[in-house]
Amino acid sequence: MTRPTFQIDGKPVTFTEGQTIMEAATAAGVYIPHLCHNPEFEPHGSCKLCTVKVNGRNCSACTFPAADGQEVLNDTAELNELRRTITQMLFVEGNHLCPSCEKSGNCQLQAAAYFLGMTDAHFPFFYPRRELDASHPDILLDRDRCIFCALCVRASRDVDGKNVFAIGGRGIDSRLIVNSPSGRLADTPIAATDKATRVCPVGAILIKRHGFEVPIGERVYDRHTIAEESLEREEPIVEARHG
Amino acid sequence: MAEKLTIATTSLAGCFGCHMSFLDIDERILALAEVARFDRSPLTDIKHCRDRVDLGLVEGGVCNAENVHTLREFRRHCRILVAVGACAINGGLPTLRNPIALEECLQEAYRDGIGVENPQIPDDVELPLLLDKVHPIHEVVRVDYSLPGCPPSADVIWAFLSDLAAGGEPSLPRELIHYD
Ligand code: SF4
Ligand code: SF4
Ligand code: FES
Repeated sequence: MTRPTFQIDGKPVTFTEGQTIMEAATAAGVYIPHLCHNPEFEPHGSCKLCTVKVNGRNCSACTFPAADGQEVLNDTAELNELRRTITQMLFVEGNHLCPSCEKSGNCQLQAAAYFLGMTDAHFPFFYPRRELDASHPDILLDRDRCIFCALCVRASRDVDGKNVFAIGGRGIDSRLIVNSPSGRLADTPIAATDKATRVCPVGAILIKRHGFEVPIGERVYDRHTIAEESLEREEPIVEARHG
Repeated sequence: MAEKLTIATTSLAGCFGCHMSFLDIDERILALAEVARFDRSPLTDIKHCRDRVDLGLVEGGVCNAENVHTLREFRRHCRILVAVGACAINGGLPTLRNPIALEECLQEAYRDGIGVENPQIPDDVELPLLLDKVHPIHEVVRVDYSLPGCPPSADVIWAFLSDLAAGGEPSLPRELIHYD
C-alpha cells in the first residue's frame, strides 16, 4: 500500500495517519517556523507563526491534521511576511532588550526574527509593566520576555505533574501566573531540574547563575539558523512518537 | 566623476557605540571617502546639515525635547533616514525607565537614591525637558531602513553603505542580522 502523501510547496511529503502538517513536515526535513509548538508536548496553536496555506486557506500547521492530497504552501513571500509581522507584534507587546538578555543567541523568538529578516519592530512599543519573580533560589521568572506560548504550563502539568504555571487574563491583559497562595515561585514545588524550567523558548524562565556562560559567536543561533537547529532537535522526537 | 554621496550622522539618546562601530570599518573609510562626503556629524563637528543630504544615520532613541527637535530637523534634511542600532530601533537600554513613572525615576536618581549628596532634582532652564517615556525614532519620524545590533557591527554598516553606494536596494543578509 502506498503511504498517504501531500505536497508542501510542490514537494511530496508522506505521512502517518494522525500526524499534523507540522509533524509530517518535520519528519520530512521541511522547516515551518513555530514558537509555541514543541513536538514533545500537545500542540497549543496560539502563536500562529506556523501559519501555512492549506488548499488556499490559512491554517496553523501545528494543529492541522495532514491529509492525503493536500496542497500546502509554506515558504512563500506572503506567508513569511505575515510571520514577520506576528514576530514584530510579539516584540512590541513585551519588553525585549536583547543586548542585556541572558537568552540572547539561544532564544527562539530572536532566532525566528533573524530567520524572517526582521530588522525593526515596525509598531509602537507597549513597554508594559510586568512583575519580575526572583523569589526562587535557583529559578528566575522574567515576565518582560514571556510570549505566552504555554510551554511551561504544559510541561509542568503534563510532565512534572506540578501544575505550577497558568496563563491568566485575556488579550492584552494576559499574564503568566504562578500557582501558589503568594503567587511567588519560591512557594511552589518547582525545582531547577523540572521540565518546566527547560522549555521556555525565550528568556522568561532561566536557571540562575548560568547567564552569559557561552561567549558570543558560539551560542546556538550564532552557529545555526533556527531552521537547521529546530529540524535537528525535533526530527528524532517526531520519529520516536510516530515511528 | 559622479557626484559624491552625502552622509550625515547624529547621536540622540545613545552611547556613541554605534558611531564607534562605524569607525570600525577601519581603512575601508578611505574607499568610502572616494564616493562619499560627510556633512553634519559628530565626526566632522558640523552642527547642522548645510543642505539636503542623501543619507542620514541616527544613533540613539528619543528621551527628551531636544532629541525630538534634532530628529525632526535631521529628517527634513535627509533623503534616506536610517535607524542605526538597538536604541534608535527600539529605544534600547534607556527604555528600562519606561514602565516606571518619570517622577519616581527622578526622585530615585537625584533625591532618595543611595549615596546621593546635595539632593535636588535638576531644573536648570538650559536642560532639555525629559519625555515621560523613551521612544524609538520610528515613533517620531518616518524611517527608511534599520540596522539592528548593539552596536551593529562595522560589517553591517559597511554592507549597507556598499549597497547604497552601488545604487542598489540595501538588504542585509540573514547572517548579518543580530540584536546584540
Ligand atoms: S527573550 Fe529573546 S527576544 Fe526577548 S530579549 Fe531575550 S533574547 Fe531578546
Ligand atoms: S514563561 Fe516561557 S514557556 Fe512559559 S508561557 Fe512564557 S514564554 Fe512560554
Ligand atoms: S507554532 Fe503553531 S500556532 Fe504556534
